[in-house]
Amino acid sequence: MTSTATPTVSVRLTAVLQKLTGGQKTIEASGRTVAEVFDDIEARYPGFKAQVYGPDGKPHRFVNIYLNDEDIRYTGGIDTALKAGDVLDILPALAGGQ
Amino acid sequence: MSVNVYIPTPFRHLVGNRANVRAAGVTVRDIIDDLDRQYPGFRAQLVDSSGRRARHINIYVNQVEIENLADEATELHEGDEVAVIPALAGGAPTVLTPEMVERYSRHIIMPQVGSAGQRKIIESRVLIIGAGGLGSPVALYLALAGVGTIGIVDFDVVDRSNLQRQILHQTDDIGKPKVQSARETLLAHNPNIEVVTHETPITSDNAMEIISQYDIVVNGADNFATRYLVNDACYLLKKPLVDGSILMFDGQATTYLPGKGCYRCLYPAPPPPGMVPSCAEAGVLGAMCATIGSIQATEVLKLILEIGEPLVNRLLLYDALTLEFRIVKIRRDPNCPLCGDNPTIHELIDYEAFCGAPTPHAAAPFGG
Repeated sequence: MTSTATPTVSVRLTAVLQKLTGGQKTIEASGRTVAEVFDDIEARYPGFKAQVYGPDGKPHRFVNIYLNDEDIRYTGGIDTALKAGDVLDILPALAGGQ
Repeated sequence: MSVNVYIPTPFRHLVGNRANVRAAGVTVRDIIDDLDRQYPGFRAQLVDSSGRRARHINIYVNQVEIENLADEATELHEGDEVAVIPALAGGAPTVLTPEMVERYSRHIIMPQVGSAGQRKIIESRVLIIGAGGLGSPVALYLALAGVGTIGIVDFDVVDRSNLQRQILHQTDDIGKPKVQSARETLLAHNPNIEVVTHETPITSDNAMEIISQYDIVVNGADNFATRYLVNDACYLLKKPLVDGSILMFDGQATTYLPGKGCYRCLYPAPPPPGMVPSCAEAGVLGAMCATIGSIQATEVLKLILEIGEPLVNRLLLYDALTLEFRIVKIRRDPNCPLCGDNPTIHELIDYEAFCGAPTPHAAAPFGG
C-alpha cells in the first residue's frame, strides 16, 4: 500500500442507526480521517451526517465515536487518522431502562 | 489445620480491627487458645469470673451454636467457619439462621463469598431506580442473593404493555403501583429481606435524601433527565452507581465509582428531545432486560463482596442481533463539569430544563 492510498475501515452502527443503512449493521467506508469516512458514508447514505453531527458541524455530544476501543475525543476527534482495517463504532446514548 | 474465625465488631479491637482471622487447632478450644496466643486478652473477653464461657457469648461452627455440638470439644474440619457472637443490647450482628445457611448455601460454599461475604450481602442496602425492564431482574436477583435492604423508586402503575419484559409484575398486578407489586414479588421470593418503597418520581428535591440512605445505586431509569440527576446525586454523595440501558436490540452497562468518571464524562450533553427514541417509541426486546439487568446485579454483588474487577472505566456494549459483547474505554474527563478538575456543578440542578421539555410525539430520527 502506498502512503497516499485511502484506507478502508469498518463502521459499526447500533440498531437505532441502522435505519439509515437499510438495516446494515456494519458498513465499509473509505477515508484518511474519521471526517472523511463520514463524508464517504454520507455520499452513499444521504442523511447520515445530519444524525451524527450537530448544527455546529461537530459530532453530537450524546453520540460517542470509538476508534477500535478508544473514544475519538481523546485521539484527535474527527480529524483522527485512520489506517486500513480500523473499526469505528458510533454509539448514541441510550436512556431506556423501563 | 487452620480455620476462619469471624470476629464481631465489639471484639475487633483485640485482633487489629479485622472481621476475619485465622486460627489453628482441631477443636474449638484449640482455636480459642490459639487466638489468645495471637491476641493476648482474647479469652478473657469470653469468660466470666469463674473462668467459664460467659452466658452472653455464643460460639458458632458453620452457624450452629457449639452447645448443640460438643461445646468447646467440637472438632473442626478444613473450611469450617467459627464465629464468636456476643449478645448485644443494641441489635445483634448478622447471624445466619439455619434457613439462611441452606438458602444461601451455593454462595457460602464459594471461598470468594463464604459466610462472611453472605453477611456482607445481608447487611447491604441497595437502591434501584425504576421497577421496570432493568429494575425487575436487578431487584429479583439481589433479593434472591439476600441483599438485606432493597429500596425501589418508581411512581408508575403496572400497565399491560409492561408485562412483555418487567418480570416483577404479573397480569393480576395491572393497575397496581409498581413499587407495591415489586415488594410483593420480592418478599414472596425471599421473606428475609426488607423492601423499602419510594412511590414518587425521583427529583432534585428528594434525590439526595433518598440516595443517602443506601450504599449502592442501580440505574434502571427510562429517560435522560433521571439519568443525569441520579449520576449527579451519586457523585455528590460518593455512592457507586451501576448503570445500564437498553433500546431495541442494544444494551449498555458500566459502573461509576466516584472520582473515576461519571455519566457526564461519557455523554457530556443529552440529545435534543426526540432525537433518541425511548423504548416506548422504538421498542425493546424483552429478554435483553435480563442480560443487562443481570450484569448490573452481578456488579452490585461484586462491589458488596469486594471481589473481581468492576466494570469501571469500561462500557460494556451488547448487540443482541449479532450476539456480540464488546468493551470500550471510558475515561474521567478532566473538563467534566461534575467530576472534573474544576467542577461547576456542586448541587443538583433542574434536569428537565437541562434535557429539554419532553416531546413524546416528536419525530425521532434515530429510531424513525
